[in-house]
Amino acid sequence: MNVLRDTVILFKRSMRHIQHSPDTIITVAIIPIMIMLLLVYVYGGAIKTSTGTDNYVNYMLPGILLMSIASGVAYTAYRIFLDMQKGIIARLHSMPVSRSAVLWGHVMTSLVSNAISLMIIFLVALVMGFRSSAELTAWLAAAGILMLFTLALTWLAVIPGLTAKSIEGASGFSYPLIFLPFISSAFVPTATMPALVRAFAENQPVTAIVNSLRALLGGQAVGSDIWTALAWCIGVTIFAYFFAMRAYKRV
Amino acid sequence: MTNIAIETKGLKKAFKATSVLKGVDLEVRRGEIFALLGSNGAGKTTVVNILSTLLKPDSGTASVCGFDTQRQPERVREQISLTGQFAAVDGMLTGHENLMLMAELRSVSNPTQIANRLLNQFGLSDAGNKRADTYSGGMTRRLDIAMSLVGTPAVIFLDEPTTGLDPEGRLEVWKTIQKLAQGGTTILLTTQQLEEAEQLANRIAILHDGRIIASGTLNELKQLFPPAKLEYIEKQVTLEEIFLAIVGNKTAEVAR
Ligand SMILES: Nc1ncnc2c1ncn2[C@@H]1O[C@H](COP(=O)(O)OP(=O)(O)O)[C@@H](O)[C@H]1O
Ligand SMILES: [Mg+2]
Repeated sequence: MNVLRDTVILFKRSMRHIQHSPDTIITVAIIPIMIMLLLVYVYGGAIKTSTGTDNYVNYMLPGILLMSIASGVAYTAYRIFLDMQKGIIARLHSMPVSRSAVLWGHVMTSLVSNAISLMIIFLVALVMGFRSSAELTAWLAAAGILMLFTLALTWLAVIPGLTAKSIEGASGFSYPLIFLPFISSAFVPTATMPALVRAFAENQPVTAIVNSLRALLGGQAVGSDIWTALAWCIGVTIFAYFFAMRAYKRV
Repeated sequence: MTNIAIETKGLKKAFKATSVLKGVDLEVRRGEIFALLGSNGAGKTTVVNILSTLLKPDSGTASVCGFDTQRQPERVREQISLTGQFAAVDGMLTGHENLMLMAELRSVSNPTQIANRLLNQFGLSDAGNKRADTYSGGMTRRLDIAMSLVGTPAVIFLDEPTTGLDPEGRLEVWKTIQKLAQGGTTILLTTQQLEEAEQLANRIAILHDGRIIASGTLNELKQLFPPAKLEYIEKQVTLEEIFLAIVGNKTAEVAR
């Protein structure tokens, strides 16, 4: 039995799903792109004055990227749910196939397909005027944080994928996550928000992650936000992995 | 090496308060087609799931090719192939891709060749490059069974392979299973229909109320049936009538 080998085979299998219907990647990218267009070209003038930035695309791109990941992982829950429903997981479990590879194949697929969606959004942002003076190491750090964030939300998505009773139940968990960037520092500074909302916004993970990404891509010092961001990503990953494995044992 | 491919002893399983298996003893010989006959909800799938390591019994033992399903599940999985009650094919993949996936996971040395040969054997060559979710019920079931043959497992479980198929699809699948048997594979199939067991199986066991109430060849089972009645209904004996007769006999014995 070979976890790595089986993971690669099952990863290739669900990547082939995406090949057969690439619209899943487009669908994931399209809503964040629309919101980006809306924020920049419709509300942009008004927002710009309150943020005090001269390049609003730079300002909001990190939040848009996180939103894309939050909606992208819903597909992981959906694919695992379908595999459960169709008896494909049972079939794999009756074969000489590593059990954990069955989940890791989906997790790997999530990492890769979300990265492709992010790249599409990124290209659109470039056209819209995104510019960065960051060095390579800062870029790599930003990519690393995005990957960790994807990993954390993907393991979170595994839980409803394994336990949901319906397709809606499997993907519904992602809706609140998609909206988290709106109540954070992603699109407007938190300072203008009402006290209670502001307290939530400043202490929820998206703010620390967005601030870190913004600093990294802007070629500025990241400060302590990056540690908060890393702690959130790693913490959620461990928490979600634990509960996902617990749910998996009951399958 | 023994002649026994599958053996269960005193298999018990309950789901919460419902006791489904109350001590199931089975013995399936190598190379035979064995039918586990029982009405809906009798516990056939539960037996198959225990044998294919998906479920643990509450007590009793089950072994496949001499390997214990609980202590050596990995070894069991190397011997078996499960075609579950509902076809487990990946609808997003083509028939060919589904077979390739099985071949890669089972590390057969010539996956493409195997996939093409099986498509051919199951009359799916023309549909091989179409997505499996465009297949008819009969085609899906044939692909499902073909996927189970990759890597030539010693024992194959077919859980109600023809339930839900139209008569034409049913005949297609029957032919497929008959061909398999000629290849020397041990097959445990479950069914609700006596006719299906009669068509396909060398030996039959009837699962009722959590126990095997009768087992043997079709002729042996018919012996358990009152001869006068047998003449009257000839070959139209239904499962219901056979087990009603057996259950009836038992009650009569107890009364005596
Ligand atoms: N996972 C489960 N949880 C609760 N009850 C179950 C479960 N699986 C099967 N059962 C119950 O056990 C009985 C036998 O089921 P099953 O083995 O599927 O029968 P069959 O395959 O002969 O139709 C049924 O009454 C069914 O409702
Ligand atoms: Mg069943």
